[in-house]
Amino acid sequence: MFGHFPLWPENASTNAGNVDALYIFLLMVSGIMTVLIFTVLTAFAVRYRKRKGQRAEQIEGSHQLEITWSIIPFCVMLVFFIWGAVIYFQERTPPQDATEVYTVAKQWMWKFEHREGQREINELHVPVGRDVKMIMTSQDVIHSFFVPAFRIKQDVLPGRYTTLWFHATKPGTYHLFCSQYCGTQHSGMVGWVVVMEPRDYEAWMSGGGNQPLAVTGQKLFSELGCVTCHRSDIQGRGPNLVGVFGKPVLLEDGRTVTADENYVRESILEPGAKIVKGFKPVMPTFQGQVSDEQLNALVAYVKSLAAPQSGRPANANGMAVAAPKP
Amino acid sequence: MAIADVSDSGERENYLNAGHGLKSWLLTVDHKRIALLYLISITFFFFIGGLFALLIRLELLTPAGDLVQADTYNKLFTMHGQVMVFFFLIPGVPAVLGNFLIPIMIGAKDLAFPRINLLSWYLFIIGGTLMIYTILNGGVDTGWTFYTPLSTEFLKTNVISAIVGIFFAGFSSILTGLNFIVTIHRMRAPGMTWNRLPLFVWAHYATSIIQILGTPVVAITLVLVALERLFHLGIFNPALGGDPLLFQHLFWFYSHPAVYIMILPGMGIVSEIVCCFSRKRIFGYRAMALAVLGIAVIGFLVWAHHMFVAGISIYAALIFSLLSYFVAVPSAIKVFNWTATMYKGSITYQTPMLYAFGFIGLFTIGGLTGLFLACLGMDVHVHDTYFVIAHFHYVMVGGMVIAYLGGMHFWWPKISGRMYPEGWGKLAALIVFIGFNLTFFPQFILGYMGMPRRYYAYPAEFQILNVLSTAGATILAVGYLLPMVYFLWSMRYGKPAPANPWNAAGLEWQTHSPPPTFNFDEQPVVTWEAYNYDQIDEIPETEEVRVGH
Repeated sequence: MFGHFPLWPENASTNAGNVDALYIFLLMVSGIMTVLIFTVLTAFAVRYRKRKGQRAEQIEGSHQLEITWSIIPFCVMLVFFIWGAVIYFQERTPPQDATEVYTVAKQWMWKFEHREGQREINELHVPVGRDVKMIMTSQDVIHSFFVPAFRIKQDVLPGRYTTLWFHATKPGTYHLFCSQYCGTQHSGMVGWVVVMEPRDYEAWMSGGGNQPLAVTGQKLFSELGCVTCHRSDIQGRGPNLVGVFGKPVLLEDGRTVTADENYVRESILEPGAKIVKGFKPVMPTFQGQVSDEQLNALVAYVKSLAAPQSGRPANANGMAVAAPKP
Repeated sequence: MAIADVSDSGERENYLNAGHGLKSWLLTVDHKRIALLYLISITFFFFIGGLFALLIRLELLTPAGDLVQADTYNKLFTMHGQVMVFFFLIPGVPAVLGNFLIPIMIGAKDLAFPRINLLSWYLFIIGGTLMIYTILNGGVDTGWTFYTPLSTEFLKTNVISAIVGIFFAGFSSILTGLNFIVTIHRMRAPGMTWNRLPLFVWAHYATSIIQILGTPVVAITLVLVALERLFHLGIFNPALGGDPLLFQHLFWFYSHPAVYIMILPGMGIVSEIVCCFSRKRIFGYRAMALAVLGIAVIGFLVWAHHMFVAGISIYAALIFSLLSYFVAVPSAIKVFNWTATMYKGSITYQTPMLYAFGFIGLFTIGGLTGLFLACLGMDVHVHDTYFVIAHFHYVMVGGMVIAYLGGMHFWWPKISGRMYPEGWGKLAALIVFIGFNLTFFPQFILGYMGMPRRYYAYPAEFQILNVLSTAGATILAVGYLLPMVYFLWSMRYGKPAPANPWNAAGLEWQTHSPPPTFNFDEQPVVTWEAYNYDQIDEIPETEEVRVGH
């Protein structure tokens, strides 16, 4: 029963090493502080225990000392802050060319869809040595995607995308936990992240003859009638979507937003929220008509239109593309 | 400094024998009697919450979910949290010790609004009854945090009765805070200037500010949860255009400062005890008073450090991380100044002092691990794991509960007029300390290894640390039961307490034990600073003997 008794989590990503280093630093500094305080307390407790005929010596206090033991710890804490902030920045800034995995969480399972179309539940296959970006949303309550071996975690919210990325460094099978309490089977909402050698990963990816996500999205794009307004040959009633993704978009109210996953998602579900300059709020909402999986496919498709030269699905009409208007 | 009458004849009228019968208690407006009503109520809730904790620990003995069902487990940790936070930790020190001591410490006859004081107890009881109803009616499983949209749309349990119960308890807390603030401003005895106030009073002043400013926010927020549940307003539910993170912001705007409602009064207790048993004035009185106010104010500006992985922007996270470090500075000052107070003291080790030592040690660990959680890159990994559980139990149990027990021992002679058995007291303090550390220290390791909180079944490699933790919890339970038993025993068999058994500073030690209904035989006039142990210890030994029996 007690055969396996680890005291440290596995280290299987580039981030894990960074967090461990910070953790060890924090442990050392706070360890020194604890030992210092405990030693002084013990020393005082022994040295100044009550003795016959000896009275306590009254001391007013000392501003110098108080300032010293405020400023020095604060400076040390600033180091904690900066170091932690640097790691957080890295964790929250996914590299541009990361492999993307769309994730839909629901009570109580994880559904993953790879860009190439593979779908899996509670098991996530990723290659070693490559950046992987998770684009996540929830179908019901708030969940949280937590892989201890990668030292990363991100809450997964209903109604929007949150993202997270990692770079696995060691093939193996690692725990995936839902760490945000989500109801009855919260502790059953667990799975595995399987980190594979690139060769094994390619083999795994090519099995099954799946349809790439963007192609699924392209089909939906015409089935749902999006293509009638969002034309890519001439300007339709809706903005031309070619080359839009990842770029700034000027809105009717003067704001500029970046066309990211959340922007595309919102524009499908709540078209009136952000109107592109020069267009009218005529698009009907697709709230309740498309599932989270279908939304992911649509987002993947719009994303695939960002750089039409790089051999991905052609635009909706398979025709030459006009320069995108803002 | 003269004590009017220190020899306690059994016949002397005091607040305990001033009236008889249930009615004389239930309709009392005496702050001391109301404090005892609170003491009985919160002790009841403490043992209910403790029972839930024990069941949680028993379930976690084995990796499989085998003792209780998943839903039952979820209810256990939810109700453990709600009962402990809202019905023990928050009212704990202020409503019992604060209520009893603040008027006496400042030389007043009672609180400014005695009837409101009684009202706040009744509100607490209404809230507590609703909580008990919630428990008996099948419980609630939202987690004590009520996160939306889980709490608003998905759970079928008694969410609304729990919310209404907490709402009432919240108003009880607001009224207590209001009463304290007015009392401290308006009721101080002649000569009791702000600079002469015991730090216990300063700590409660700071606590009251948080109670008044913070509690209404959580009350409104929880009402919104109830309304959303009933009428689907779309405030928090994204499917209706709401924002689930809005709930978290509002909830933590109160619930982070609430941590300081729990810990600040404990800090006040420790200041009193450390000074008394070191025979010293406090090191840096002004810094200590400013520190509790600083914690209360800055404590309002750090709430989103509970949300670093919730989906807030990087820049918001940076600001809240930095602000969280600011609140650590006054906390550090407190620890260092208590330590410095012992320097060149004349220290004795009665039970209250053992608890004070325990508090400083455990609060140090709780505070330092808080620095880990304020650190962004670190928090992402340990957020929502057992590391967080361990951290806040070090602050709330290692801090608040230990301080509360220390305070109960320190002032028990005053409250009951009887001495507790010192040997048993020391033994219980030791058991609590050992049991506490064994329960919660392994959880730091579990957390870094990645064990998520609120899991009733877990991977097998986490088992040994969980077994240690459960073993500690059973020891801790013994440590809690012991004082309960000997306090009750001492009420009948304890040695009668003199007016000032510790030869302590402070007006509460200059009146009888137990005090008369209006606290003092004659209006005290204060001409000395707090913690004037140099003056007290100038009294020859013989006078001390006169005090005891």
